[in-house]
Amino acid sequence: MNLVIPSIHYLAILPVLIFFGAALVLTLATALVKSKVPLWVATATVVATALASIVVNYFQWRNVAHAGASTTIAHAIVLDDFSVIASAVIALSLLMSALVAHDWALRERVAGVEFHILALASSGGALLMTQANDLVVIFLGLEILSIGLYVLVAFDRHRATSAEAALKYFLLGSFASAIFIYGAALVYGATGSANLTSISYFLGSNVLLRPALLYAGGALLLVGFAFKIAAVPFHLWSPDVYEGAPTPVTGFMASIVKVGAFAALVRVLISALGTQLDTWRPILWMLVALTTIVGATLALVQRNAKRMLAYSSINHAGFILLGVWAGTIRGTAATLFYVMTYAPIVVATFAVVTLVGGRGDDHHSVDRYRGLARRQPWLGAAMAVLLLSQLGAPLTTGFYAKFTVLASVVDAGGGALALIALLSAAVAAVFYLRWTLALYAEDDLEAARIAVPRSTGAVIGFGVLVTLVFGVWPGPLATLAQHATVLFTP
Amino acid sequence: MNVPAAWYLVLAALLFGIGAYGLLTRRSALIMFMCVELMLNAVNLTFVTFSRTLSDISGQAIVFFVMVVAAAEVTVGLGIVVAVFRRRSSTSVDELSELKG
Repeated sequence: MNLVIPSIHYLAILPVLIFFGAALVLTLATALVKSKVPLWVATATVVATALASIVVNYFQWRNVAHAGASTTIAHAIVLDDFSVIASAVIALSLLMSALVAHDWALRERVAGVEFHILALASSGGALLMTQANDLVVIFLGLEILSIGLYVLVAFDRHRATSAEAALKYFLLGSFASAIFIYGAALVYGATGSANLTSISYFLGSNVLLRPALLYAGGALLLVGFAFKIAAVPFHLWSPDVYEGAPTPVTGFMASIVKVGAFAALVRVLISALGTQLDTWRPILWMLVALTTIVGATLALVQRNAKRMLAYSSINHAGFILLGVWAGTIRGTAATLFYVMTYAPIVVATFAVVTLVGGRGDDHHSVDRYRGLARRQPWLGAAMAVLLLSQLGAPLTTGFYAKFTVLASVVDAGGGALALIALLSAAVAAVFYLRWTLALYAEDDLEAARIAVPRSTGAVIGFGVLVTLVFGVWPGPLATLAQHATVLFTP
Repeated sequence: MNVPAAWYLVLAALLFGIGAYGLLTRRSALIMFMCVELMLNAVNLTFVTFSRTLSDISGQAIVFFVMVVAAAEVTVGLGIVVAVFRRRSSTSVDELSELKG
C-alpha cells in the first residue's frame, strides 16, 4: 500500500500558520523566559501577527487574481477572494480587540500573556473556518475557535459571573458542536463525502431517492450554526455570556465568531447544498424572522448595556442571515459586506463599554451613559456614532449594510421577509435612539471622568472613522465584497 | 453473524438521543460533560458505520479528529468546573444564578 501525501499550497494556509505559530512562540516564551513576559510584548506580538496576516492576505488576493480560486491539502482548504477578505476582517478584529484588552488587563490587574495566546489561537480557528472546504475542517475550526473562547470568557478571576458565564457557554457550546458533527456524519452518509465540493457535485449529478438522511444532516448542521451565531430560538446563552464575559472578550466574540461562522455557513449552504435551496430556505425564513424580531424587542426591555448589545447583536445576526437566505451571488456579497462593516463597529462599541464599565468591569447599567457626551464630548460622540451606525442611520456603514442585504432579499423574491426585518430594525431603532439621547441628556449626577487610555482610544477612533468614511463612500468596500463573491462557485 | 449497518446507525442515534436528553435534564455539570462525551461517541459510531457501508476510509480518519476534539473539550471544561467549584463548592448548575437568562 502506498501512501500519497497531498500537496500543500503554503500561501493558502500561511495566515493560519502565522496565527498558530505566534500563539506557540508566546507560549514557549512564557515557559522559557525566567522573568514574566511583559504584557506589552504579547500585545505587540498580536498586533504584528495580525498585520503580517493582512499583508499575506494581500498577496493571496494577487494570487487569486492571477491563478483563480484554488483548493489545497486534498481539497480540504480553499483559497478564494471570499476567504481572503474574511481572513483580513478577522485579523483586523483581533488587532482591535487585543489593543482594548491590553488596557483592560492593566486596569483589572490580570496582566498575563495567556489572554493574547488564547485570542491568537481562537482567531486561528476562525481563519480556518473561512477557508474550510470540508465539514470536518469546519468542525475543527469551530472547536479551536470555541475552546479558546470558553477560557477567555472565564478570564476575569475577580468576578464570579465570569466563570459562571464560561460554564454556561461551554455546556451549550459543546452541545452545539456535538449536534454539528452529527449533522456532518449524516451528510457524509448520505452523499459519500464530507468535502463540500464533492457534496455539491454528488447532489448535482444524482437524484436522491431517500433524501431523509441528507435533510436530517443538513438540519442538524443548521442548528449547530444557529447556536454559534445566536439565532433565535438557539440564542438563550448569548445575553448571559455577553454579560458575564470580560467586556473586551465580548467585543472579540461578537466580531470574530460572527465572521467565522457566517463564512462557513455560506460555504455549506450556498456552495455545498446550493442545489437544495428550496429545502433550506423555508427553515432559514423562520430563523431570520424570529431572530430579527426577538432580538429587537427583547433589547428594548434591558437595563444592562452588555445585555442590550447582546440582543442587538442577535438582531444583527438575523440581518446577516437575510443575505444567506437570498442564496444568490448578490446576497452572498451583501452578507460579506455586512460582516465586514459590523465587525470593527462592534469591537469599538464594546471598547467604549469597557471604559464606561470602570474598574471591576461591572458598572454596566445604561444609566451610566446619561450625559456622557456632555461631560466628555469626544467619547460621547464616538459612542453616538457607533450606536447610530448599528441602527442603520444614513451616512454610516450600517445604513448601506442593511440596504444591500434587504435589496438582495427583495431581488430574490423575499418581500415579506424584508418587511419583517425592516420592522424589526424600526423597533431596534427605539432603543438605539433612546441610548443616544441619554448620552446627550442633562446629567444631574456628578459622575467621575472616564479615563481613555491611548490604545483603546485609537481603537474607538478607528471604528468611528471606518463607519463614517465608508458610510459616506461605500464604493471601495462594496466593490471588494462584490469581487470576492464573483469567483464563488455554487 | 452479520449485523446490518442500519442497526449500528439506530444504536448511534439512540445513544445520541440519550446524551442530548441527559444534557438537557441533568443538573450536575459533570454528568452533563459525560452526556456530551456520549453524543460525540455516538457520532463516531455513525462515522465508522458509514465508512464501512461506503467503503471509504475517510470516515474512519474523521473519528480520530473527533476524539482529539473531545479530549481537548473535556480538559478545558473540567478546568472551568474547578474554577466555579472553588467559589461555590458545588457543581450543580442550578446554583449558578447570578446571570438570569
